Amino acid sequence: MTTTATPTPVEKIAGGTADYLDQRTGIGTFVKTFARKIFPDHWSFLLGEIALFSFITILISGVFLTIFFVPSMTEVHYEGPWAAMNGVEMSEAFASTLRLSFEVRGGLLMRQIHHWAALIFMAAIVTHMMRVFFTGAFRKPREVNWVVGFLLLILGLAAGFSGYSLPDDVLSGNGLRITDGVVKAVPIIGSYTSYFIFGGEFPGQDLIPRLFTVHILLVPGIILALIGLHLFFVVLHKHTQYPGSGRSDKNVVGYPLFPIYVAKAGGYFFTVFGVIALMAATMSINPVWNYGPYDPSPISAGAQPDWYMLFLEGSLRLMPGFTEVVIGHYTLSLNVIIPAMVVPGILFTLLAAYPFIEAFATGDKREHHVLDRPRNRPFRTAFGVSILTAFFILVLAGSNDLIATHFHMSLNDITWAFRVLIFVGPWFAFWVTKRICLGLQRKDRELVLHGHETGRIVRFANGEYIEVHKPLDAHERWLRVQHDAIRPLEIEPAEDSRGVRRKGYRLDRMRQRLSQTFYEDRIEPVTPAELAASHSHGQHDAIAPAGEPAPAQLTGAVGGGQHLVDPQDETALDGRNR
Amino acid sequence: MKALAARRQDRRAPIVLLLLALLLTGGLYAVLAPTSADAAPVQASTNDIATGEKLFQANCASCHGPAASGTASGPSLIGVGAAAVDFQVGTGRMPMQMSGPQALPKPVQFDQEQINQLAAFVASLGAGPAIPTAEQVDPALGDVANGMLIFRTNCAMCHNAVGAGGALSQGKFAPNLWETTPTHLYEAMLTGPQSMPVFNDANITPEEKRDIIAFIDQQGGTSPGGLDLGALGPVSEGLWAWVVGMGLLIGAAVWIGAKSS
Repeated sequence: MTTTATPTPVEKIAGGTADYLDQRTGIGTFVKTFARKIFPDHWSFLLGEIALFSFITILISGVFLTIFFVPSMTEVHYEGPWAAMNGVEMSEAFASTLRLSFEVRGGLLMRQIHHWAALIFMAAIVTHMMRVFFTGAFRKPREVNWVVGFLLLILGLAAGFSGYSLPDDVLSGNGLRITDGVVKAVPIIGSYTSYFIFGGEFPGQDLIPRLFTVHILLVPGIILALIGLHLFFVVLHKHTQYPGSGRSDKNVVGYPLFPIYVAKAGGYFFTVFGVIALMAATMSINPVWNYGPYDPSPISAGAQPDWYMLFLEGSLRLMPGFTEVVIGHYTLSLNVIIPAMVVPGILFTLLAAYPFIEAFATGDKREHHVLDRPRNRPFRTAFGVSILTAFFILVLAGSNDLIATHFHMSLNDITWAFRVLIFVGPWFAFWVTKRICLGLQRKDRELVLHGHETGRIVRFANGEYIEVHKPLDAHERWLRVQHDAIRPLEIEPAEDSRGVRRKGYRLDRMRQRLSQTFYEDRIEPVTPAELAASHSHGQHDAIAPAGEPAPAQLTGAVGGGQHLVDPQDETALDGRNR
Repeated sequence: MKALAARRQDRRAPIVLLLLALLLTGGLYAVLAPTSADAAPVQASTNDIATGEKLFQANCASCHGPAASGTASGPSLIGVGAAAVDFQVGTGRMPMQMSGPQALPKPVQFDQEQINQLAAFVASLGAGPAIPTAEQVDPALGDVANGMLIFRTNCAMCHNAVGAGGALSQGKFAPNLWETTPTHLYEAMLTGPQSMPVFNDANITPEEKRDIIAFIDQQGGTSPGGLDLGALGPVSEGLWAWVVGMGLLIGAAVWIGAKSS
C-alpha cells in the first residue's frame, strides 16, 4: 500500500461535488474530452472572441437597460434635471432614456457600455471576418460556417439599427425616415410595406414597441442560436492553424483547452469588458439629449448612422438625384433603389458567396485545415482588399460633410471625387494588392533559393567580389514552400474524338475562364528539384568561380547573381516551430 | 425773452448754441437710434462718425467703395446697420484676409472703440439693425428648453444639433458656435452674415433669440457622458471605437497570443 496524503477539506468538498454531478449527468466524459481538446495558438484567433465577449457585455448591460426603458410612443412632458428639455413634449421612450441617463444610478454608464460594446461587436465581427477571408479559413469544410458568420454580421446590423432607433431621438428618427424612404422606393409593394412596418403613415404610434420586440427578443435570440451553431462548427471541424513545419491538414498543433485557453479566454473576456467599460466611462456616446425628441421636421448637420451603417449613408449621398424615372403614373426611384438596395446587395452577395465562387474556380474538393498566407493567394487577397476599399470609400462618402469642414474642402468636390473613386478605387486597390502579393511571393522564392543576405563581402584572389548568403533553416524554408500551386483548370475539348459537341462544355468553359481570372498570374513555390539545382549551383560556384551560370529560369534567380553559401545546421531549433 | 435777446450778441453765445445743438443731436440720437446701449458703450458722436469714416476709407473702401455703396468685390453697406459691422469686424471676418468661399474669422484687427466708430459711420449711412444691449443677449435670462426647440428647427440643419458646426456647399461652412460671444450670436441672427439667412425680429423674436443664446451657452463643455468627441455624432464615435477600442483589444490579443503557454 502506498501512502497518500490525506485530502484537505476543500479537496474533499470539490471532489464530492464533482462526483455527485458526474454520477447524475455524466459530465465527466464531457469535461475530459473538452479539457483535452487542442487549439492552435495565434493572436488573430482571438478576434472572434472579441465579438463573442462584447456580445456578452451587450446582453448583460442590455438587461439592465430594459429594466428602466419604457418602449412607448405615448406623449409626455419631460420634467427632470436636464434643463434644455424641461417641459418639452416627447415620447415616453425618449423621456425614459433621459431618466435612465440622468436619474438612474449608473444608468448613463450602462447606456454607454451598451452602445460602445455594440460598436466594438460590429468592428470585431468585421475584423474576424477579414482574418477568416484573407487566410482562406472559409474553404472546405468550413463554407457553411462562413455563411453562419455572414448571417451573424447581418443580424448584428439589424440588432444595431433597431437598438439605435429605440430612444426615439431626432438623429435615429432621421435614420428611420431613410428606412421608410428606402422601403417606399421598392416598386409596387413599397408603400404597402411601409404602412405595414410603421402601422400607418410614418412615423405612426407602433414602431418603438415593435422595434423593442425585434431588438430585445427576436434578433438577440437568433444571434445566440447562431453563435451556438458557429462555435459548434468550430469544435466539429477543429480549429484551423497557420502553416509551419509539423502542421498539416491531418493534425492540429497547439495546446489543450484546459488550462491554457480557459485561462487565456477567461482573461481576455475581462480585457474586452474592461476596455469597453473604460471607453464608456470616459467617452460620451449617442448623447440623445443633444438631439432632442423625434419630430419629423428637423434634421441637424452631421446626421449620420453608426459606423456599420455609414456605407449605406455614403451610397445614398453619392447617388445623383436625377435618376428618378417616372413611367406613366408610377415613379421608379432609381436614385434610392440603386444606392440603398443594389449596391449593398452586390457587396453582401459577393461576401456571402465568395467561398463557393472560389471553390468553383479552383475545382478543389479536398479539406483544408492549414491556413493560406494571404500573399500565396493573390486573387483572393486582392479581391478582399478591393471589397474593403469599396466599403471604405462609401464610409468616407457618408462622412463627406465632416471631411469638408475638417479639411477645409468643398463638399461638392469631395462628392465628385468619391463618385469617381467608387468605380476606380476598388480596381486600383485590386491591381496594387495583387502586384504586392506576387512581389512578396517572388521575394519568398528568392529567399528559399539563395538564402538571407548576410552583408559579408568576400574578395577572391583573382579580384572577384562575392556576397555570402545564409541559407534558410528547414522551418523557414517550409513556411515558404508548403503551399500548393493552384493552376487554371484544364478542361476537355469542345468536341469529342468523333467531332460531336460535348454536353456541359459551355459551363466548363465558363469555369475555366473564371479559373484563369483567379490563377493565371501566379508565382509557384520552389520545388525540391529547383532547390537542389540552386544549391549545387552555389557549391559549384564556391569551388570554381569561373563556372558557367545556371539558366535563370531554372533557379528563378533575378539577375542570376553568384553567391557563396554559409555552412549551417539546417535543422537547428529556433522556436519557429511552436 | 428780453434777457435772451439782450445776450444774443454775447461773445459766448455761439459756444452755448453749439453745446445746445450737440445736446439736441445726442439726445435725438439716443432717442431715435434703436436700442443701442451695448456693454461697450456706443455713444456715436459726429466725431465718432468722422473717425469711423476715416477708418472706413483706409481699410474698407477698396472693396466696399469710397461711399460704401459696394463694388464688384464687395457688397454695399448702406443700411446693413451697426450690428453687421460689429459682427463682421468684431469676429475678425472683416477686413477680409483673402477671397475664398467665405470670410474666415481671424484675430480682430481693431479695438472695440474703432469698431464702434466704424459701426457708427456705417449706421449713419442708412437705418439698420443696431448692436443689441447686454440684457438682450444675457444667457441667464433665456429659456433653455425653448431655445433648444427653436434652435433645432431653425439652426441645427447647418450648425449641427448642438452648434458644433457643419458643411455647406462649395467649401462654405456653418461655423462652430461655442466660442462665439452672445452679442455676436445675436448680431449674426439679426444680420445674416454670408451664407446665413436673416432671422429678423418678426421671424424669431428678441426673446426667442435670447433663448437660443441660452441654449448655445449650455453647449460645448457640457457633456455628462465624458469626452464629447467633438459632438460630431456617430462618425467620430465610430472612429474612436476603431482606434481606441479595437486598437487596445487587438493590442491585448497580440500580447496574450505572445504569452508563452
